[in-house]
Amino acid sequence: MGTSKLILAIESSCDETSVAVVKNGNEILSNFIATQIDSHQRFGGVVPEVASRHHIEQITLGIDQALKKAAVEPDDLDAVAVTYGPGLVGALLVGVSAAKSFAYAHNLPLIPVNHMAGHIYAARFVKPIVFPSLALLVSGGHTELVYMPAENVFKIIGETRDDAAGEAYDKIGRVLGMKYPAGKNIDELAHQGHDTFNFPRAMEHDDNFDFSFSGLKSAFINTVHHADQIGEELDRKDLAASFQQSVVDVIVSKTKRACEQLDIKQLILAGGVAANQGLRETLDSMIKKDLPELDFVKAPLKLCGDNGAMIGAAGYVAMQHGESADLTLNADPSLEFDWEPDAVR
Amino acid sequence: MKILAFDTSNVALSVAVLDNEHLLATQTTNIKRNHSSQLMPIIDQTIKTSGLDINDIDRIVVAEGPGSYTGLRIAVTTAKTLAYAVNAELIGVSSLALLAQNDTQDGIVAPFFNARQGNVFAGIYEKKGSKLTTLVEDQHISFEDLLNHINQIGKPVNFITTDFEDFRESIENTLVVPSSHLDGWNALPNAYFLGLMGLKKNELENVYTAVPQYLRVTEAERNWKDQHPNDVRSGSYVRQID
Ligand SMILES: [Zn+2]
Repeated sequence: MGTSKLILAIESSCDETSVAVVKNGNEILSNFIATQIDSHQRFGGVVPEVASRHHIEQITLGIDQALKKAAVEPDDLDAVAVTYGPGLVGALLVGVSAAKSFAYAHNLPLIPVNHMAGHIYAARFVKPIVFPSLALLVSGGHTELVYMPAENVFKIIGETRDDAAGEAYDKIGRVLGMKYPAGKNIDELAHQGHDTFNFPRAMEHDDNFDFSFSGLKSAFINTVHHADQIGEELDRKDLAASFQQSVVDVIVSKTKRACEQLDIKQLILAGGVAANQGLRETLDSMIKKDLPELDFVKAPLKLCGDNGAMIGAAGYVAMQHGESADLTLNADPSLEFDWEPDAVR
Repeated sequence: MKILAFDTSNVALSVAVLDNEHLLATQTTNIKRNHSSQLMPIIDQTIKTSGLDINDIDRIVVAEGPGSYTGLRIAVTTAKTLAYAVNAELIGVSSLALLAQNDTQDGIVAPFFNARQGNVFAGIYEKKGSKLTTLVEDQHISFEDLLNHINQIGKPVNFITTDFEDFRESIENTLVVPSSHLDGWNALPNAYFLGLMGLKKNELENVYTAVPQYLRVTEAERNWKDQHPNDVRSGSYVRQID
């Protein structure tokens, strides 16, 4: 076992402070996660300054708990991986400062990790990634299709032009008087209703892989407000089902087209909204019906949200490719993969 | 005792390594650069210049605030993680009390930082030798109220701030006691003094729970409390889920 690699991985890009110990990029020894949801629920969304303050309360404890639970001493570690972007700058800085300090004190290599690569590599805990591969990343901040021709190469071929899917869920959740975050509630409600409102499917048939959810959001809000004005009561279950069907239809049809046009061996579903049952089920049945040869890997439900383990998985791959950072590493809140919409054509 | 002390609470960044009262090495920068990129490399250089290793450090002293929220976060996160990682003691010192040490004479000292909209982060201290007595606790306060406090104390005051010009007029109009000021280079934090203050302080911080002294709740939390005066939660809003 002399070749096994242990990585301490730190994630603090949004409202979860997480520290994991990951072995060989595919085995979780520990995955400390402290969530701030109860705090941000007060404000109906994540308040960056509040998030940053909470991360400091948790970060050292998280490192200690992760090591103890994994029964790993700092001397056993091979590297420290950390999310350095994208995300909230003040939140990222806590993880980056802690990772640099810990790596420096224990003389360990420091591996900078793109948070979105982390989400994709959550699939690594299910099975190895086979290239070329396509990842559908859906979260509160992102909706994008990422083409991976080879290991550690990421190219965005399509992304949302306005709201991320998760963002749209939270906004319409607010209109329905739901607590933040609303995604899970709407998903559950949608399963009890039917698509009766037939909301628009924006850009569904456009010749690109971009998404747009702001038109859908407006259509939804207008429908609800109009009903309020004339004193009409709308069925919340049907509203949720119609909204979700529109989101899922667009995402699934674009993903299907990308799968068909790219010569890929595997499709990966990841990101916070990847926990959405409606999306998981629709993708499952589309692939069964239209792309039966394609290997479809869903990030484990427990690892769809932000967590350190996924950063450890991506960090392991980055380390194999010789990536490292020095003590000047800074947070990069708008970090992005290369944008290559023409990779397909 | 080997001490590492640092302050990034404002534009300046100051790092020092001490062997008890004896200064081994120090570095201060005063450039609008990112503390996140600069702090660790300068800590590393200062420790190396001292002929030490981070694992030789027995005590870490950090200026815990008030100041720029981002600067405080970088300093306190770095301090608590380093202290945890090398098993050193952690000490937090007021970044205003630290500035008060720049005054070489005895008397009333009022260090402050501009907090915008007519407000400052300020404290009022009485200095006798290196001994500081707090007269008015560090706080976020309107500059006018700060001047009222000073008028009430009724003794000559020495302001220490790099933001003096922003408040010169206000001082001339409102202050009834004689005043002087230290600004520019003289108003920069000196991590050597920080190390000395940390050497004398006995209250250790807990490396897990230590947080910056922001001295100001966030606007979101302030508004929420106004709207929910009876909603009191015991304990943290953060929950461990795994
Ligand atoms: Zn995420």
